[in-house]
Amino acid sequence: MNGEADTTRWGASTPVTVDLRLSVNRDEYPITVDTRETLLDTLRERLDLTGAKKGCDHGQCGACTVLVDGRRVKSCLTLTVTLDDREITTVEGLADGDTPHPLQTAFVDHDAFQCGYCTPGQLCSAVGMLAEAAAGWPSVVTPDMNGAPRLDDDEIRERMSGNLCRCGAYVNIVAAIGEVAR
Amino acid sequence: MRPFAYRRATDARAAVAALSEQPNAMYLGGGTNLVDLMRLGVVAPEALVDVTRVASDTVEETAGGGLLIGAGVRNSDLAAHPAVRRRYPMLAQAVLSGASGQIRNMATVGGNLLQRTRCSYFQDVSKPCNKRQPGSGCPAVEGDHRNLAIIGHSAACVATHPSDMAVALAALGTSVHVDGRRGVRQVTMPGLHRLPGDEPDRDTVLDPGDLITAVELPALPFAARSRYRKVRDRASFAFAVVSVAAALDVAGGVVRDCRIAFGGLAHVPWRARLAEEALRGSPATAAEFARAADAELARARPLPGNGFKVPLTRNVLVRTLTELAETP
Repeated sequence: MNGEADTTRWGASTPVTVDLRLSVNRDEYPITVDTRETLLDTLRERLDLTGAKKGCDHGQCGACTVLVDGRRVKSCLTLTVTLDDREITTVEGLADGDTPHPLQTAFVDHDAFQCGYCTPGQLCSAVGMLAEAAAGWPSVVTPDMNGAPRLDDDEIRERMSGNLCRCGAYVNIVAAIGEVAR
Repeated sequence: MRPFAYRRATDARAAVAALSEQPNAMYLGGGTNLVDLMRLGVVAPEALVDVTRVASDTVEETAGGGLLIGAGVRNSDLAAHPAVRRRYPMLAQAVLSGASGQIRNMATVGGNLLQRTRCSYFQDVSKPCNKRQPGSGCPAVEGDHRNLAIIGHSAACVATHPSDMAVALAALGTSVHVDGRRGVRQVTMPGLHRLPGDEPDRDTVLDPGDLITAVELPALPFAARSRYRKVRDRASFAFAVVSVAAALDVAGGVVRDCRIAFGGLAHVPWRARLAEEALRGSPATAAEFARAADAELARARPLPGNGFKVPLTRNVLVRTLTELAETP
């Protein structure tokens, strides 16, 4: 699909499909998608990448968080048809071969989960969050908006507020992320 | 969700032309509100025109000393931009106090302005709602309206506008650049959004097919001393109960100029012109700040369940202005 993509079937009452190439964890997937399909459903139901989880399906819980071109997004609110020239990273793509990502190791070391359902989203969100902080992005609790943010517990909690954990493992999640941040 | 066609536009004219071919088409920005509304059945477009690849993701200096911000700039990039942080801190703070990190990475400036109310009746298609279905009634007036409007509402609709960013833009007097079927024009905020009256289905003054292409911040040197304060039911990732965007120009203990807007109170980001008028030329004291708040809030008509917002708004404004006055 090129930059002027056009499915041409205006006023469709039957499903509209589009052919595109998805790049996920550096693998290319030629795929035909329904325009209504979200990235979350494509990953889970079509590509057998079930790491990203469906919690609320309304963008409120963060269990579906993945990285698109390195930025954390909610895959339940992202239409797959919009992504044909983007690089998608899911929790399955965080490790370097058999070596877990430092955040994955820290989550294990700090017991940063109970049931684990929110963990893939927490991990992808934390990867994106650390990159945002490294780029100097402030948060609403950053004391000096023009200075470099320091990732203390308040900053981590604010920046991770898009990821809920119904088991309440927040204390250990903050500790795990804090260890990697410092 | 109803099937829909998808088209991607790479320039504003093509996007406007694409929409004019199809009356029941909508523009797609970050999708953080629209995709959810489609899933809820609140809207059911037959086609989406993706405008995220329209070349509008830049922040540029204007000849007049302001900033021209493309409508496609993501909320997170807007808040992180050094010139926004330094010259318009209340705008950066407003954006950062909205939604979550993931949502801000997705949401665009244009889409943020055009997001719909989060009134629970509007989002629930099993309930009547004059905004969603004109003439069907407003259960919120008698029902759950704790977090709905206290000022400027009508018998037909008591919804609030949910955006934090729009409150700061309204305070700054931002010019919204619009491209539409009849050409380009500019709309100055707070005039983009409209009070509900008896047409609550119309959130803004835009015509069908209009596309926001940019927002232009005016040069306002004293906005370097500004802030956004938001009160909500939890510490983060919640819509405002009450919010204030304020900029203060103080010299010799006297208010020379100011900009004030409220969020969470009305169908629009509420520019507090009566409060501003009351403050200009007054001593920069808590008593005068309270007097200014009262001047504005005399127009409030709270509902049975949200009268608490009146004193809360007053207190939040006084606190915000006091902090600004004490800022060196």
